[in-house]
Amino acid sequence: MGEARMGHGERVTARPSRLAESWRSLKVAAWLGWQIESNWTDPFLFAVYSVVKPVAGALILVFMYLVVARGGLANPLFPYIFVGNAFYIYVNGVLLGVSWAVIDDREHYGMLKYLYAAPLNICTYLVGRGVAQTAIATVATAITLLFGVGALGIKIPPGGVDWGLLAGALVLGLAALAFLGLLLGGATLLTARHNYFVGQGVAGALYLLSGVVFPLDVLPQGLRWVGKSLPVTYWLEAVRRALLGDGGNEALRALPTGTVVLILALSTVVLAVASVLFFRWAERIAHRRGLLDMQTMH
Amino acid sequence: MAVNLRAETLTFLRTAWGRAYPRVVGMQREKSWMLFDVFLPLLQVAAYVYIYRAIGAPPEFTGFVVLGGAMTAYWMNILWSMASQLYWEKETGNLELFIIAPTSRMAILLGMAVGGIFATTIRALGVLLAGILVFRVPMAPTSVPALIGVFLLTLVALYGMGMLMASLFLLWGRQAWHIANLFQEPVFLVSGFYFPVRALGFLVALGASIVPITLGLDAMRQLLYPQMMEGFRFLPVGVELGALAVLGVGFLFFAHRALRFFENLARREGRLTLRGQ
Repeated sequence: MGEARMGHGERVTARPSRLAESWRSLKVAAWLGWQIESNWTDPFLFAVYSVVKPVAGALILVFMYLVVARGGLANPLFPYIFVGNAFYIYVNGVLLGVSWAVIDDREHYGMLKYLYAAPLNICTYLVGRGVAQTAIATVATAITLLFGVGALGIKIPPGGVDWGLLAGALVLGLAALAFLGLLLGGATLLTARHNYFVGQGVAGALYLLSGVVFPLDVLPQGLRWVGKSLPVTYWLEAVRRALLGDGGNEALRALPTGTVVLILALSTVVLAVASVLFFRWAERIAHRRGLLDMQTMH
Repeated sequence: MAVNLRAETLTFLRTAWGRAYPRVVGMQREKSWMLFDVFLPLLQVAAYVYIYRAIGAPPEFTGFVVLGGAMTAYWMNILWSMASQLYWEKETGNLELFIIAPTSRMAILLGMAVGGIFATTIRALGVLLAGILVFRVPMAPTSVPALIGVFLLTLVALYGMGMLMASLFLLWGRQAWHIANLFQEPVFLVSGFYFPVRALGFLVALGASIVPITLGLDAMRQLLYPQMMEGFRFLPVGVELGALAVLGVGFLFFAHRALRFFENLARREGRLTLRGQ
């Protein structure tokens, strides 16, 4: 941040560039998000809390599978289910982390109006609020995968993993989820009593339609097409190809890996543009209707 | 003495009804909530149904999932509208009013439970009916009275547990939110919401029986799918009914004791009016 001298000797602070402002908003929001997420308890309980929930979610699927398979884990569907479910942890973390920040700041802490009065970029601030959840989701995903490899015998040999593909898919997938979170944040700005449902509904629909825990081929034809139009589907397909060498979806098997990544990248760009435009539109409506400090007690 | 008892009983009942009323009427306030309350669990149920179909499970497993999915509505209600309720009341400034009101706090908890049961039963029925219709779930109960008995005893024990948890949560601030969140998936796992609990092993199932839904679900599945449950039965239905009755009485008794104890503790530590912590 620089300083400039005006004609009659006053010193004023020069406005930082948009990029610098966005970066600062992101950093501050990430730190604030981490404090909110973690400082309610001691580090040990927080660590347990962060790990037990997702591992329990994964174990539900493991036992559902074991009950039917009567102990056999050799079916290739099992790693498909396990890896998809492990990475779905990010969907809840990033998507809901970003969109829930609007509700938290507007309704719980009553700070949203002050954020609009502060020199920050609200979009990067909201994405920053999701960073803490993303970090927690990363640890939970890693522990879930380690549990799968160590305790359930899922074969993910480090030498066989396509690390480049995994890293690229992760970056694109997380960006897509963050922008989807921003889109939901925009919707949340305009809604009063449906905030919770909006995020949960989208996360639930992604769980059902993106081939998270079963191949798209099992879905009825109409729903399969919906699934094929979602970036999360291609994200999980790319992640599975990177980790397991096979995406597991017959419906996507014909696509080369490069095409899967290209579809993911393009759909992320489209989602990014649509999300920012929608958020700015929602923001203007919220300004006009006086919704930025709305208190609905929900 | 008799007049006092009558007056106290009337106050108790009026308080319970007064607290139940907003939960019953609240459902009319935003009718679209009902749609979401049925639709959201149905998404999860649908995903689990498709998993079972993908791995070639018998059709009865679809019934297991739909029944478990319907019962999640009750567990979520216990966590978020019973256990955490006094925390929400503290955050919104109502708890002080509850404390100074000349009535029994147990009546307030009872009202929360009765209102919660009414509202949640409509949601659970919605999930159950939608699941049966969408996924064509086969259901042929061997004894309808036994099924109703198990269900009602499960609810009594479960909401007794909710009243006890509400007392325990009285001490907490933001922890309440996180602890309630923590009790979702792990309980769905150990109580066998989506698969027969016996699959976890007898000892784990026994430990999980502290959550009444564990026993209730197992008994209801035995009554609905006797052949399929032969290999997965945890305990005989009669034993599960008896255990549910004991849990119900025990939870209500301890809820009464715990409410007094934790209220006094929270009062001494100044936590009854501490917000945003």
